[in-house]
Amino acid sequence: MNKFVRKMGLAALLATSALVPVAFADTPTNGGDIIVTYKDDIATLDPAIGYDWQNWSMINALFSRLVDYKPGTTELAPSLADSYDVSDDGKVYTFKLHPGVKFTNGRAVTAADVKWSIERAVNPKTQGPGAGFFHSIVGADKMTAGTAETMEGITAIDDHTVKFTLSQPDATFLNVLALNFASVVPKEAVEAAGGDFGKHPVGSGAFTLKEWTIGQRLVFQKNPDYFIKDRPHVDSFTIEIGQEPLVALLRLQKGEVDIAGDGIPPAKYLEMKKSPEFEGMIVDRQQLETSYVTLNTQVKPFDNAKVRQAVNMAINKDRIVRIINGRATPASQVLPPLMPGYDQNYKGYAYDPEKAKALLAEAGLKDGFSTQIYTSNTDPQPRITQAIQQDLAAIGVKAEIKAVANPNVIAAGGTQGQAPMVWSGGLGWIADFPDPSDFYGPILGCGSAVAGGWNWSWYCNKDIDARAQAADAMPVPAKAEERNKAWAQIFTDIQTNDAPWIPVFNERRVVAKAKRMGGPDEIYIDPTRVINYEAIYVNK
Amino acid sequence: MAFFLARRLVQAVLILLGVAAITFLLLYFLPADPAVLIAGRSATPQMVAAIRHELGFDQPLGMQFLHYVGNLLHGDLGRSYTQKTEVLPLILARLPATLILMAAGIVVEVALGLTFGIIAAVRRGGFVDRSVMMLSFVGVSSPQFVVALLLLYVFAATLGWFPMSGFGTARHVVLPALTLGVLGAGWYARMVRSAMIEVLRHDYVRTAHAKGLSGRRVVLGHALPNALLPIIAMVGIDIGQFMSGVVVVEAVYGWPGIGQLAWQAIQQVDVPIIMGVTLVSALAIVLGNLLADFVAPFVDPRIRSQ
Repeated sequence: MNKFVRKMGLAALLATSALVPVAFADTPTNGGDIIVTYKDDIATLDPAIGYDWQNWSMINALFSRLVDYKPGTTELAPSLADSYDVSDDGKVYTFKLHPGVKFTNGRAVTAADVKWSIERAVNPKTQGPGAGFFHSIVGADKMTAGTAETMEGITAIDDHTVKFTLSQPDATFLNVLALNFASVVPKEAVEAAGGDFGKHPVGSGAFTLKEWTIGQRLVFQKNPDYFIKDRPHVDSFTIEIGQEPLVALLRLQKGEVDIAGDGIPPAKYLEMKKSPEFEGMIVDRQQLETSYVTLNTQVKPFDNAKVRQAVNMAINKDRIVRIINGRATPASQVLPPLMPGYDQNYKGYAYDPEKAKALLAEAGLKDGFSTQIYTSNTDPQPRITQAIQQDLAAIGVKAEIKAVANPNVIAAGGTQGQAPMVWSGGLGWIADFPDPSDFYGPILGCGSAVAGGWNWSWYCNKDIDARAQAADAMPVPAKAEERNKAWAQIFTDIQTNDAPWIPVFNERRVVAKAKRMGGPDEIYIDPTRVINYEAIYVNK
Repeated sequence: MAFFLARRLVQAVLILLGVAAITFLLLYFLPADPAVLIAGRSATPQMVAAIRHELGFDQPLGMQFLHYVGNLLHGDLGRSYTQKTEVLPLILARLPATLILMAAGIVVEVALGLTFGIIAAVRRGGFVDRSVMMLSFVGVSSPQFVVALLLLYVFAATLGWFPMSGFGTARHVVLPALTLGVLGAGWYARMVRSAMIEVLRHDYVRTAHAKGLSGRRVVLGHALPNALLPIIAMVGIDIGQFMSGVVVVEAVYGWPGIGQLAWQAIQQVDVPIIMGVTLVSALAIVLGNLLADFVAPFVDPRIRSQ
């Protein structure tokens, strides 16, 4: 079991992604203090808990992990670990830690810290949302059940060597270790904070938190002892809270702000995009996201695949994209185009109301039917849902719109037999890491078709589940190509035969930045980071 | 007087307990399960169950409420689900901003309201009166966000007299206070006007005029004090209302007050914060009314003698 056959540096590891690596045209310059604005409070900076798109990039900048991504790409790169070995059967991973790395409290980072930090993320007492990602480590089940305080699958062999034993091969394991939830934290600082570690974070990342005035600002300062040379580039970044997006844009125009984190409100988007004044200030990029309508396979008449296929043909996706001023691309399938496994040749269901009606008639619903569609109540989601409602009406389906707050949409979707249709907009699935399996298990797999789960189609196909498991057992990178092909086939089969979703569009993210901010767009909307604070810089 | 004070205090405590109970019940019956939100998208039902247990959701409702009230009596408002930190410091950190905006807003609305209300009452039926009433009508019916954005655009973005957003200096408070004040002044102007018209009809006003007092002394010295009572009651109500946060104004001006906190907590079903803010607001309303009750006798001797 412990016989290491393959021995390689992580740097040599092939990216699991089809993305082209970013070519940095300019050399980054060092120095400068920048200001970033957000409307909402920063919830927490605890890496075991923070899980929204604002704090995700900040937590990332405060802490380090065994592996990480190269800025602006989905390519894995070594970080806290210099190298790793994986056993033949793909079940044992052994990492060698980079020597001499210190937490910002001065203590050296050890293998025991890695073990303790991941156990903390899994422990239900932490109440973190990331526990599920570590399910393949031996002992994770006992930990989440609350019957064990440590995980036997993680061993600190010595100060610089840590070993993970998995209960089954997991091709996504390195991606999991690059998630914020796997950040290494010093036990003594967590305990000293007495449950408030999220407000008093200590890590070994590119920045330290210098000031947090609740409701007003957070100041992050460069960590002079950061173990990755020549990073970060800016001396500090200040997050200003409570800034209305429109006001933030006005301030950006006046040069008071460097990055308007909330981007551009949909209503202003076209105006700004066309204005020469904002040229070079708008970053507009695809992300690993799909917005969709779930069709509840346990609720009549959506228990009939023909009906699900029919409504798939009824939706005019081009029109919906126009409603949000073209900030998205119509989707044909579950996976977004940037995701490995995306099938460029798969066209999905073309818009064809006549064929849709014919299919409904075949299913014995010549006169249509009445149903409900749940949606988030914040703009533009209700407007999008109205467009869907009109499209459905055209084939005789009367859908009543239930516009409610986000948590109530989640509750309705996760309650068996409640929501016939849910529009996922505002809650759409953004990948946690660049691997197709992230779009299956938590939203389409049998295991997530449970109360409180996110499989709102309540879709469970045992054959597909077995194929998904087989695909995830394929070792990466040796069989990465084959594995991506297997996943591509799984997703197109799901859509062709069972159609549990109407994939509607892939939304792009928009960030507005000052002209003085340097570097490629990819580090302002980093596929795994949102804003990559470690890589951005100020032009001199 | 002491008896009156004691009775009002007991009432206040009962009101707060009632508010706590009703809010607790309402939040308990929400369809959204905070444990599901906390557990995240990758969680299994076991993980959700473990978190429900950690939060004490698996206990009967009565026990949960007793537990909450017990902690409350120790000054413990609980811990936020999303921020994973004590609720009380979160509220206290935002209290100064809310207090400043409340005070500044009330000063502006009372100053504007009194001035225009008195002028309108004295010139009843004339052009000034009709203009003031017209303007107050516009003020009362304007949406806060329109006025806020308008002031922001003109005085901050275009003229650059005031900062566009934030908190800290006296200049920061001007535009938010004006927004609140201009809108609130409409109510005050209308109320002062009708109270003054009522008072100005009284015989003692005619007597004062007959004594040969100047118009100004009659209006400000004799009539106004008698018309103040409803204004004091209204300030009491406003204290409570502004203390519970002025969500829109705070959002537009990036004002770090309690309203922002409440709004974010509601969107995330962060029950402990919602409970905390509700209780603090209820406390403020009770205190505001109590304050008005105590001030009234000093202004109006007729109440003192009762």
